[in-house]
Amino acid sequence: MSALSSLARLQAVAAGAAQPLATVRHCHIPDAPLVLVPLKLAGEAAAPLAVMAGSAPDDATLLVVPQPRNRDLRFAFAADLAELVLNHIETSRGEVEELPPGKEGEKRIRYGDAPQLLVPNRGGVAFLRLMGRSTRFRSTDGPYAVDPAVPVLGRWLTWFADRHDHPGSSLLLAMTEALRLHWATGQSSLEDGNLAALMGWIDPPDGMDGPAAAARAEDPVLCPPAGPTTDPTFDNEVLAPAIAAYDRAGRGSRAEERLRSVLAGQLAPTWDLMWRAVGLLRALPEGASVPRRWERDRDAFTHYHQTFGEAYPQARRDPPVRAARRLHDLERAQDAYDAQRAFDDPLVMAEHRLDGRAFGGTVTECDPARLDETGKRPKLRPLLRVGTEDPVRLDAGTTVCNAARPALKGRIVEIGDGSVLLELTGGMGRKLTPEPGAVPRVGDRVCFTSLTEGSFGAAKFPDREDTPWTHGGPPGEYAPTDEDAAEEWS
Amino acid sequence: MTDTAPDLDRLRGATPPRNHDARTIAALTSNPGCARRGVMDAAGVDKDAVARALGFPAPFGQSQFAITRGNAFEAQVKADGCAELLTLLRDRLGLDVPEVAYDDLEVVAGNEGRELRHSRTRRLLARALESGEGTLFDHPLLRLEIAGCPAYLEPDVIAFQLAGRLHVIEIKSFAVVDGQAEPEQVAAAARQSAVYVLALRRLVAELGHDPARVSHDVFLVCPENFSNRPTATPLDVRPQLAVLERQLARLTRVDALLAELPADLSFEIGGTLAASVRAVEARYSPECLSGCEMALFCRDEARACGATGALGRSVRDDLGGVDTVGTALALADGSLEPSDDLAETAEQLRAAARLRAEALGGALGGALGGAA
Repeated sequence: MSALSSLARLQAVAAGAAQPLATVRHCHIPDAPLVLVPLKLAGEAAAPLAVMAGSAPDDATLLVVPQPRNRDLRFAFAADLAELVLNHIETSRGEVEELPPGKEGEKRIRYGDAPQLLVPNRGGVAFLRLMGRSTRFRSTDGPYAVDPAVPVLGRWLTWFADRHDHPGSSLLLAMTEALRLHWATGQSSLEDGNLAALMGWIDPPDGMDGPAAAARAEDPVLCPPAGPTTDPTFDNEVLAPAIAAYDRAGRGSRAEERLRSVLAGQLAPTWDLMWRAVGLLRALPEGASVPRRWERDRDAFTHYHQTFGEAYPQARRDPPVRAARRLHDLERAQDAYDAQRAFDDPLVMAEHRLDGRAFGGTVTECDPARLDETGKRPKLRPLLRVGTEDPVRLDAGTTVCNAARPALKGRIVEIGDGSVLLELTGGMGRKLTPEPGAVPRVGDRVCFTSLTEGSFGAAKFPDREDTPWTHGGPPGEYAPTDEDAAEEWS
Repeated sequence: MTDTAPDLDRLRGATPPRNHDARTIAALTSNPGCARRGVMDAAGVDKDAVARALGFPAPFGQSQFAITRGNAFEAQVKADGCAELLTLLRDRLGLDVPEVAYDDLEVVAGNEGRELRHSRTRRLLARALESGEGTLFDHPLLRLEIAGCPAYLEPDVIAFQLAGRLHVIEIKSFAVVDGQAEPEQVAAAARQSAVYVLALRRLVAELGHDPARVSHDVFLVCPENFSNRPTATPLDVRPQLAVLERQLARLTRVDALLAELPADLSFEIGGTLAASVRAVEARYSPECLSGCEMALFCRDEARACGATGALGRSVRDDLGGVDTVGTALALADGSLEPSDDLAETAEQLRAAARLRAEALGGALGGALGGAA
């Protein structure tokens, strides 16, 4: 949280409506994402109760575990969900793109598209992660055999949850997080975790303002929680009797129909909210680097899809080298993502301007033809003075780039009295006179920043078999065991 | 305690006092500066009933599925004189637990008062510390001085004596999957256990023993992975103990708080309840929503007076301690001249307002113009 977004919250309180935190959309929203609204049984780690899923607002599929304590019914549910999710994955690959061959001449391809899962909140992501963990080690033969699709689903869900941790990835999004990236409400971040309340501030129903819509959203009878945890009163007064009735009547009974309909009643409002939220996000213009980040997602998807058959299920805990590499990748992705968002969006750049790592203003003096002739050969070094009111906290000598055209680089010469003097060093062409339009002119509005996209180089890590003794030495090879398959899921 | 006790009884009205439980303790450690919570807890007021009477019932319903699961798990671990628990301690943690005795200190029959139950706990633990007899003591009733008043704690834990030292064993029904559990739940369990360790230490000291005979290592017993099989994890609660001790020492004494209040104040359910509650100052923050029964009432009050704290501590911090939304916005648009101590905050707010307006004006100028 920064002073800028805190101010936006205050403005939201005063206006009774959410205020923008972004002027462009920073996540990818495909034409047909798979929306998943899961519910689990209270008190259990990951006992699925129901899920509403589908790729269009009018095409919802409801899957229900009528007795969540029954292991066979759980695996039947997992198999149904697997069919749905795996079908989405297989139909979201698009055309295959041929890429130039790799360093060792190997063939490289990239799928033209990738699947996206949307869940209501972080709890939904955590649920998918645990659901993945509880199904990916299952065996498809032997005494505890499950449907062959179940462990495949487990591995894919684990992979999606893993990609969710990756800053800037859009493969699995929690809707509350995606919305909070773009709007500030007049309530606390804790309360923003409630999708209905958050949507109430951003897009209240007709005749209501944000606070009224958010207050309505906190009544679990009018707005059932977005899951995965259900409302305790619903559990005690509706769900428990309905499950008990199913237990007495059995499969295919009217009691099962009734159980499905009460669960549908809990899920449908969140389902509608999810698609309204998708509409709100789609209405924002896409940020310039969103396609590039989606391309990385497509690369990750292509790789996992291509190597799926050769790989084991993901380990319970990462071995040391993989853990270190993953952490490093996440840090690099975060760094690049932060910078890309700022370059894409003046409102995000404003945060850096307030921090003093960027400054904006009007060009007051300009010497575009200045040459530095102190060296052997003259170099093109135009001088630019930018008048700014921003609290600049950069030192003389710092390298900065133009926010609108990051190729234009410069060095700070001096700062003071409401202006910054810059010596431009690159991005103006190869000649001793700048390309037309490359150097801003007097009166132009400009913004320069010390942010860079690739400040974080890739680090080298040892191979698995060279894991140093400080980290436990090389880890043992994974071999699937019967114990994995027999693990209880109660 | 004697000079504030009568006042506290009057505050509560005719209802019997409530013991501290996990939730009040969590609130105590997460928001020690709240006078309203401090006074109401010290008096043992039924805050849940008060909040309901005020029209802001606390959203702390528990699902019967969760309760059933929790009870079943606990019963399973404690069945047959804690057989499963002992297996865990011996095999999983490799502890050398010799012979075993199990004493349940919960009163089964009758309406024995909490003083009596507490003295039974004292008696049994005193004997255990003297003689080394006894291994597992279930449901001890402990007492802890909070803000100058004794508070009774009814922990759902077992005190476990091993080699002359007492350990707290807490049974929780959240799952530990591959050695990891939800951090919030572990943190809450650690905070609660620290309270019990502290209360046990005070008791041991009162009995004339070294308080260090109560270990800072507690044992957390949880279901493993997706099963009902228990697993035990030792948890070092020294950090939580340090926080707790510091906060208890810093707590405004309840008698000092009471001295500020009108003499006829009472939280008896009735027409003047809202006014009585408002007479004691609250310090609301969104974290209260997860721990305090009064939270929704206090939130409504905080929002009505435009308190920045209702938006969260980080917002409040960003605003450099400006208390109300109106003041902060007036500082941001320059309509209010800041006092000297707010000059820096005001400057930052004005810069933030200018930058937001510039960024939004540039990108949404057309849209905003169209709307106007």
